[in-house]
Amino acid sequence: MAATSYIAETLGRRTNRGFFARLRGGDEISYLVTLASTVSILLIVGLIVFELWANSRPTFKAFGFGFLTSSAWDPNADKYGALPFIYGTCVTSFVGMLIAVPLGLAASIFLAEMAPPKLSNFLTFLIELLAAVPSVIYGLIGIFILVPAIRTYLVPPLKAAFGYLPIFEGTFYGLSFLSAGIVLSVMVVPFIISVSREVLMAVPVEQREAALALGATKWETTWDIVLPNASTGIFGSIFLALARALGETMAVTMVIGNAPRISASLLSPGYSIAAVIANEFAEANGDLYISSLIFMALVLFGLTIVINAVARIFIMTTQGKGI
Amino acid sequence: MATPQPQQPQTVNEPLTAPETKPAPPKTGSQCKLTARDINFFYGQFQALYGISLDIPANKVTAFIGPSGCGKSTFLRTMNRMNETLRNTRVEGDLKLDGQDLLGMDVTDVRRRVGMVFQKSNPFPKTIFDNVAYGLRVNGIKKSSVVAEAVERSLSHAALWTEVKDKLHKPASALSGGQQQRLCIARALAVEPEVLLLDEPCSALDPIATLKIEELLFQIKDITTIVIVTHNMQQAARLADFTGFFLLGKLIEIDDTKKIFQNPGKKETEDYVTGRFG
Amino acid sequence: MMMEISATRRIVNGFMLTLSGVCTVLVVSVLFFILGYLLLHGASSLNWDFFTKLPKPSGETGGGMANAIVGSGKVLLMATVIGVPIGFMAGVYLAEYSGKTFAFAIRYVVDLLNGVPSIVIGIVAYALVVRPMRHFSALAGGTALGIMMIPIAVRTTEEFLRAVPTNIREGAMALGATKATTIFTVVIPAAISGLTSGMMLNLARVAGETAPLLFTALGNQFWSSGWLAPIATLPVMIYNYATAPEDDLHQQAWAAGFVLLTLVLIINVTARLIIASGPAAQRR
Repeated sequence: MAATSYIAETLGRRTNRGFFARLRGGDEISYLVTLASTVSILLIVGLIVFELWANSRPTFKAFGFGFLTSSAWDPNADKYGALPFIYGTCVTSFVGMLIAVPLGLAASIFLAEMAPPKLSNFLTFLIELLAAVPSVIYGLIGIFILVPAIRTYLVPPLKAAFGYLPIFEGTFYGLSFLSAGIVLSVMVVPFIISVSREVLMAVPVEQREAALALGATKWETTWDIVLPNASTGIFGSIFLALARALGETMAVTMVIGNAPRISASLLSPGYSIAAVIANEFAEANGDLYISSLIFMALVLFGLTIVINAVARIFIMTTQGKGI
Repeated sequence: MATPQPQQPQTVNEPLTAPETKPAPPKTGSQCKLTARDINFFYGQFQALYGISLDIPANKVTAFIGPSGCGKSTFLRTMNRMNETLRNTRVEGDLKLDGQDLLGMDVTDVRRRVGMVFQKSNPFPKTIFDNVAYGLRVNGIKKSSVVAEAVERSLSHAALWTEVKDKLHKPASALSGGQQQRLCIARALAVEPEVLLLDEPCSALDPIATLKIEELLFQIKDITTIVIVTHNMQQAARLADFTGFFLLGKLIEIDDTKKIFQNPGKKETEDYVTGRFG
Repeated sequence: MMMEISATRRIVNGFMLTLSGVCTVLVVSVLFFILGYLLLHGASSLNWDFFTKLPKPSGETGGGMANAIVGSGKVLLMATVIGVPIGFMAGVYLAEYSGKTFAFAIRYVVDLLNGVPSIVIGIVAYALVVRPMRHFSALAGGTALGIMMIPIAVRTTEEFLRAVPTNIREGAMALGATKATTIFTVVIPAAISGLTSGMMLNLARVAGETAPLLFTALGNQFWSSGWLAPIATLPVMIYNYATAPEDDLHQQAWAAGFVLLTLVLIINVTARLIIASGPAAQRR
């Protein structure tokens, strides 16, 4: 019974808790620390914007917005223009999306609508592993496997059939817009599949059942009912994938050829914003050189933020409950 | 400390809308542990409790009965201020524990002194021992000998000791539903609460588990005061010394259990206990 | 009278089913393709030297990537120390304290941060750490990767803390625990398996990042001491060797790629299996 009175005493003594006792209880500290962490994240984002902007100013002062439309890139002469890189970024991303979107959508339809649940979950698991493969590994496969394969198996028939088109002009040496576009498509497809599948699965069962009950086939239900229902969300997934493609660095750098040229032909080597930064930033000397690279990073940043912001809104409206 | 109140005459057909302010008459000799006067409770704009006034006598079992949504659980949760964890709630009125203002005290002290057992058992994902010891440790008692003794004592009070004494360090999730609820009772008892609130503790349990819990509640009357919310009238009749009937946020009547069930003063009470509505 | 579904419709249905299935198989086979090639080219070049020796110039045998393996470990450790506590605490705030609108706004901003290309984050780390210090360092690399770890840390923490039932929180508070004590002694332990696996996925993601390290941690032919010197990391070595002209360096790149991918995939699969069997998943 000695223990009982000990407990009663100890607990009883705590009835009137002063300031320090409450402090030890930790509520105020816990609240402040967690709030501070949250706010500091906002500060970090602000810092990112600030650093990018502040370090771009030398280039902005020297060239103004003309920087974005000029294709003069000559570090030795201290002349800089972003157009070849913007062009390359857009072209490779476009090619990548052109391949990835139909492929990804078709696969997501299969996984969401057609495949039995166990199979669907298993395959989705594997596809999500694909999204976890580091970019540099894709680059490795790209340089040594994909590019030779494209050169041997894809380009000859392409040139034979469509060689008269400007986009397929010229000799193909391997490193090119086309190769980069194809590698990008492989990297971006898992994202499209993953998000689209979730969006499709979020379409209420009742909608499908209504169509099936009227005698529609599985495909007709999917095409006429489910897809339109999920369309906003699917657009969202496409935008997310696009943002990813625009910022993709390593795999693109390794197969694009690193030539700051604008060419109509997909078979010619090119350059992208992320690639030029990756290649040249470490050795860049001179304020203008560095700030030009950073200005392009700012452009890339702005582009991906805007696309992501829009994409998320699309996805949120489909799912209704907010991210 | 409230003085024993004489029994007041009750008119049979009082209108439903008039708020009741009569306190319960405690047995001669026992004191009032907890007193409530004119408690109003609001969820935002919605008023859930209207002018509740009652006395909870010490070392007795008081039961709250009434149809679903009548406010009995809400009032229970006011007594240990658990409603404060929800947003936008407000309490008005007077609530005293042993004469001290419960609403003005430090809330963690209130909750240590007024314990609660929930409808669905909620053992922590810890070992059986750590579950029972949690309340002690959190309130500053860490000496292992003291804790170990308290754990054994509480588990014995909760009629669980013999079943778990050899597996104190196994996870609590391995226990059956009835055992988990007894564990939660032991956990609540470990901090030696002056009042133990139970919110329909047996509603998710089978009859045998329910019986075990009712038996142990009889035993622990001596060490604490019990307030139990139940939708099972037979349980109230079996267990409680005093019973209060709630309806639509008001306390219609509170009195000796025998009187409530055999000779209720209000028509609404009579209608309810005779099963005219459920 | 349409007694039977028309042949055209049936054919279209079957065709589309097959087509979409083929697309799926195509995509999935890429994974096996990558794994297969890495296994083929990379595993054969793996030897004990790879894990224990420093890199040797092209032409000499017996070189390895010991410094890059350790280097990656150091940079990732730094990244975890920088990014995880902030992200974790913010996640706690969102799950336990924040109001709805503020939580929504923060989540949105955090998701946008997640979408920023890693090379841009690298530039910011350059501006914040490399430029003032005037040299490349493991610290700078860790800063870049740490910033990248924040968004996933926030979202994972919030999601898994929210999944802990209110029931359990109330049980603790009813015993007299303060809100903070409840969070740290009951809620977080209840969510621990989800939180750990989320951390693992986070780590696996930044472990493969190359771009931000190219001009923060840079690289090093030798061992790097301390945190303030340039340091070799596995992904950067892969990049450098793969783009070099010499073939024996290519072999080393394959070997390193194999090691990196194996590590990343093992962590991923383990983490996902833990999540799939955890309490949060069972409750869904």
